Amino acid sequence: MSPILAGVLQLIALIAALALAYRPLGDYMAAVYSSPKHLRIEKVIYRCIGANADAEMRWPAYLRGVLAFSVVGVLFLYLLQRLQGGMPLSLGFASISPDQAFNTAASFVSNTNWQSYSGEQAMGHVVQTAGLAVQNFVSAATGMAVAIALVRGFARSRTGDLGNFWADLVRGTVRVLIPIAVIGAVVLVACGAVQNFSGIHEVGQFMGGHQQTNGGAIASQEAIKELGTNGGGYFNANSSHPFENPNAFTNLFEIFLILVIPFALTRTFGKLVGNVKQGYAILATMGVIWLGFVALMMWTEFAHGGPALQAAGAAMEGKETRFGVGSSAIFSVSTTLTSTGAVDSFHSSFTAFGGGIQLLGMMLGELAPGGVGSGLYGMLVMAIIAVFIAGLMVGRTPEYLGKKIGTREIKLAACYILITPTLVLGFAAASMVLPDALGSMLNTKALGAGAHGFSEVLYAFTSGGNNNGSAFAGLNANTPWYNTTIGLAMLLGRFLPMVFVLALAGSLAEQQPVPETAGTLRTEKPLFAGLLVGTILIITGLTYFPALALGPLAEGLS
Amino acid sequence: MNNSVSNTARLLGAGLRALLVLTVLCGVLYPLAVTGVAQAAFRDQANGSEVSSHGKVVGSSLLGQRYDKGTDKAGNPVPDLRYFQPRPSAGLGSNKTNGVNTQYDLQVSGASNQGATNTDLIKAVKERKTWVAKTYGVPASKVPADAVTSSASGLDPDISPEYARLQADRVAKENGLPMATVRKLVTDHISGRALGFMGEPRVNVLELNTALKDLVHSRG
Repeated sequence: MSPILAGVLQLIALIAALALAYRPLGDYMAAVYSSPKHLRIEKVIYRCIGANADAEMRWPAYLRGVLAFSVVGVLFLYLLQRLQGGMPLSLGFASISPDQAFNTAASFVSNTNWQSYSGEQAMGHVVQTAGLAVQNFVSAATGMAVAIALVRGFARSRTGDLGNFWADLVRGTVRVLIPIAVIGAVVLVACGAVQNFSGIHEVGQFMGGHQQTNGGAIASQEAIKELGTNGGGYFNANSSHPFENPNAFTNLFEIFLILVIPFALTRTFGKLVGNVKQGYAILATMGVIWLGFVALMMWTEFAHGGPALQAAGAAMEGKETRFGVGSSAIFSVSTTLTSTGAVDSFHSSFTAFGGGIQLLGMMLGELAPGGVGSGLYGMLVMAIIAVFIAGLMVGRTPEYLGKKIGTREIKLAACYILITPTLVLGFAAASMVLPDALGSMLNTKALGAGAHGFSEVLYAFTSGGNNNGSAFAGLNANTPWYNTTIGLAMLLGRFLPMVFVLALAGSLAEQQPVPETAGTLRTEKPLFAGLLVGTILIITGLTYFPALALGPLAEGLS
Repeated sequence: MNNSVSNTARLLGAGLRALLVLTVLCGVLYPLAVTGVAQAAFRDQANGSEVSSHGKVVGSSLLGQRYDKGTDKAGNPVPDLRYFQPRPSAGLGSNKTNGVNTQYDLQVSGASNQGATNTDLIKAVKERKTWVAKTYGVPASKVPADAVTSSASGLDPDISPEYARLQADRVAKENGLPMATVRKLVTDHISGRALGFMGEPRVNVLELNTALKDLVHSRG
């Protein structure tokens, strides 16, 4: 069997597994977020929080809950790292420096999981499990909560109520993330992933002598890292490390974990707005973009352009033998089209066009299928823009799911889509004129006259601003400039859009539904899905094309 | 004003309590429960899939390692050709001098991160290709890609079947074994794709070398 055929078969198996999980998981999540009952453990948690989980919140209250929880999360994680040196179970690692601790705290709370540290050389048991892994759960649950609030905005009318943030946060964690993560972690261990608390210990070597090696709660962190589209690795090598991802099956399984919730949320959306076909249209849009990107990535990686890869005979630099080119290509597209950022192969060593595909995937705003929650709300904002454009073309007042898309809605949607490009392009441009920032580029020897170096910087801010977290790791990002600016890009790129999403949800929920007429744009039809794909590509293309031309395109064509 | 300050404080207090209770759930109970199941049901895997030879642990079957006979005058490791050699590893780490197999430090996982147009990488690939072709007496066109590129983790435990077959004759000669025996050993150690289509065929270098050592012992 040729590697290309094997790659295609793996893709088909993955799609089949996702299709099988789609309906049950989507329906289950719809039930979780609309059930009036609380589990016993949830009641205990609400009592600890001191929150009335049945109290409805309007959008400002919901937003305050999100922000308060996240501010506390950043501070807690920052302190945990700053005090690591004095804590038990720290494996002898020192406290993390202030700028790096800020960067890491911002990174994990914003569901980005950008890492400017090497896990095996910096973080002990306490920070990894009680700090980082906890944010893997709760930042994901926060994203889902905000998405559900927006969906309620569409589903409800003549009310400003969007549900209760604490209830959504706790239910997402307890009923969705934890059960799947437990199953996922046990499967990973069964296949060889490491799970113990042995810390750093010696292991004998074949040629004699010993080497130090790290044990830890790796599988449990790996499962939620993929499931919550987080991506922060236990080890520096992330999901390419054999202890995190021991074989080809676990590799496909991890891709499945990354994609399963974001895709299934479209079913949840359809259920909650009372028309599953609306969910299918969103699913089709996500699926077409994802599949198109996978096909392009496989094509460019199997063609292995670029002098070093041509000399080697295949694009195997930065890839593991057990995964090969095909499944590494699927992983890399899935991680950059969601907000995951975990890697099973190193993106900086992909072909120049492959790097461009990864960059473009993040620049689309990570909505095909996107991060857990953030993918769905990002896509719904795009749907509003698409409906608006369609409305302009035929001269009708745009409406979506029975809600009028008026001036206020369009203003909020426009603000949403402007935030990340502003952050990404602004910070990348600033880095190009600061000598200190330029000094961090390691690939200045590239034949493309610095094009690869520029790609690294652009990639870093794209990854941060879009809450991805993967890296074109040739950049030395552990400097005060990058730690601080990428930290800011991550926080602003996560929470400012949430402000606009919740405001939008509030505004939609207050509206009276408009009755469907013969002139209503049928948003559940393939035509609309096509329009939506076009809108996404045009908006992103126009915004980022000049920057892409200076980076990967210049390198690939040189 | 006072009212909004106390409201904010109350909200942050709720946030902190939510974080703490979820930390107990997700940060303490969850990893402990998974560890409990893992250690009870999958003890071997959960502890790093260690490989033993003659009663001694010789490493993890999941992590690649080096097979050297000391270093040369410049301090570069010299590969021990009695054993099958792993892929080059040019990830993070201290020893960046020579192109071939300078690393496999278990505590510095990572890739070279060099791009396809990087002149250092082009040079390294060409040097490695020349070295492999010369050492194993094959034309450069027969050298597979995994033999001249470094992996993502820097700890790749596997090589391609092509790279293992290419090394077999030289390994046989260095150990005074019949070539057919070593070739058969390689063939026996090829793992195909999982379920016939997942990943790529591969040979685990540590397991192959452990079996090779047993073979040499049984003859000596």
